[in-house]
Amino acid sequence: MSAPAPKTAPKPAPEPGAIHPAPIMELIDLRKTYAPKIDMVGRLSRRLRGKPASEEVKAVDGVNLRIQPGELVGLVGESGCGKSTLGRVMAGIHEPTSGEVVWRGRNMRNMQPHERRAARRKAQMVFQDPFASLNPRMTVRDLVGQAPRVHGTVPAAEIDDHVRGLMETVGLPPAYADRYPHQFSGGQRQRIGIARALAVNPEFVVCDEPVAALDVSIQAQVINLFMDLRERLKLTYLFISHDIGVIEHLSDRIVIMYLGRVIESAPTEALFAGANHPYTVNLLEGAPRLDRRKVAYTPISGELPSPLNPPRGCHFHPRCPFATARCKAEAPALREVAPGHMSACHLNDG
Amino acid sequence: MATLEVRDLQTHFFTREGVLRAVDGVSFSLDRGRILGMVGESGSGKSVTGFSIMGLIDPPGRIVGGSVRLDGRELTGLPKPELRRLRGAKVAMIFQDPMMTLNPVLRVGVQMTEAILAHEAVPMADARARARDALALVGIPSPEERLDAYPHQFSGGMRQRVAIATAFLNRPDLIIADEPTTALDVTIQGQILFETQRMCREFGAAMIWISHDLSVVAGLADEICVMYAGRIVERGGVDALIDAPRHPYTAGLIASAPGRGRRGQRLRQIPGMIPSLLDLPAGCAFRNRCAEAGPECAEAPGETAERGRAYRCRRPLGQDAGAVA
Repeated sequence: MSAPAPKTAPKPAPEPGAIHPAPIMELIDLRKTYAPKIDMVGRLSRRLRGKPASEEVKAVDGVNLRIQPGELVGLVGESGCGKSTLGRVMAGIHEPTSGEVVWRGRNMRNMQPHERRAARRKAQMVFQDPFASLNPRMTVRDLVGQAPRVHGTVPAAEIDDHVRGLMETVGLPPAYADRYPHQFSGGQRQRIGIARALAVNPEFVVCDEPVAALDVSIQAQVINLFMDLRERLKLTYLFISHDIGVIEHLSDRIVIMYLGRVIESAPTEALFAGANHPYTVNLLEGAPRLDRRKVAYTPISGELPSPLNPPRGCHFHPRCPFATARCKAEAPALREVAPGHMSACHLNDG
Repeated sequence: MATLEVRDLQTHFFTREGVLRAVDGVSFSLDRGRILGMVGESGSGKSVTGFSIMGLIDPPGRIVGGSVRLDGRELTGLPKPELRRLRGAKVAMIFQDPMMTLNPVLRVGVQMTEAILAHEAVPMADARARARDALALVGIPSPEERLDAYPHQFSGGMRQRVAIATAFLNRPDLIIADEPTTALDVTIQGQILFETQRMCREFGAAMIWISHDLSVVAGLADEICVMYAGRIVERGGVDALIDAPRHPYTAGLIASAPGRGRRGQRLRQIPGMIPSLLDLPAGCAFRNRCAEAGPECAEAPGETAERGRAYRCRRPLGQDAGAVA
């Protein structure tokens, strides 16, 4: 990929005339690659066959992103597009391979260890599977109370009160503090996961498909909880989902990823009024909606290519009905197509 | 006479904790070339209904009452060999996880020809040609070569296509699809919905599409059944049911769906949780969570039929309820 285009477009002002504060988090040319582990036999056979020493998966391939305080950014993409990896890097769970993570104007790389720990604490994560992400042998009191105890953010004597308060915040009866995860339903378990993320008073929460595993009527309850918490605790969210309906409902701005790259980013209304990238157009059209009846589907052909060996040029060109020779050779840069609306497509060059 | 006639179907599970009425008096009918969407949350009995029609209920479960007629022929109580002759030929099922239906150690072509040869005495070469054509029909590139591939060599979407091609192999009268696109990505889901819809119309199969997602069914089906706690609480044409639901549960499902241009607003949520089938309230099973419930709901509601639709509710919503929701 060529040098990243500097992102100049800020988010649309929540109120007209409001002055933009510094972004709460900024990613600059962020990359995360994974190399499959190869044993000696594999290395040997590679050398004999004259293949390069290792092949990498570029899970996140040069992403630039700014998130303003109080903003809710929706991150959409299909499996394997790198959205979860990006979320985990932002939550501080994974280290980026290269690129910068800037927290409130300060590069994480240049921080003192104690400063970095404090910044990390301000970014928390809620996971998809409320069954797999809670230790079955820990009670709610331990699950929620562990992080504040370890970090020493709450005095030991007050941790029980702290946990009770958090349980009330997320809508769980505090009397259940000594129960184990298996004694709760899926929706309640997700509430425990949310309480755990809130336990160290974060400012920024990464939610990775937090409602995907829930039943429809429970999903609405948890979505409402996310909106309430946002207002009450002034939280900033990165909300990762494959469900366009959920993302449309919640997000101020939507970012679309395809095979490790951001291909489009726009305020929600602008995106639904007119998506720019052919992939986004298809993604929005293909999403099932209640008001779409007897659809004569015109789906995009083909499948997501392997991230081990992505197509050259624009990653989307083999599936794109408008692809030209240039799309096959040259990766398009993310450029502004309307105020605040970025898209990475050669077609915009006319 | 409809292709499929289900009358008062009851499937119960006899567990140590008590009798679970997973399907408790389900009735509907379905014609060739039509798609019926069966919608409900986990534990509503939508999958067990599908399994009951297929004759796939194992102990401790049992069909304890009602009838399932396919082209006029009663399926409940059929001896096992008879059922086996029927399954794969007259009725077929597509499951959520194609890894469940495909044998991981057999080549796809072997499994597909097996499905043909189990029901018809045709030469091997013909069976193979039919399998190849079926793969081509669901949009699998270079089908001839792919017949020799193993299931793990396909992606999730392609595997589901193989399962769908296999289900259509013997041109069944009825296909039951149990959440076949739930595990797939949006663009792949769109492709699969498109293919199955087209094939169902083309071959004149009746299809039951089981899903937890009302919006998937809205784009696909002709009719919708909404299930709650083992019963169909409302059924009718897609437009009538979604635009003007009569049952408060249907209305709640519609109102709790995100999107639809109400960005940032609180979703109308259905309070409470899905009740355990062991511990259902007497009368209407939904009344504990229902905003409309009154004293008369303590008595179980019967089915009220209206033009082209039916519902089980003593306090149905009015004509304009859909607009409010």
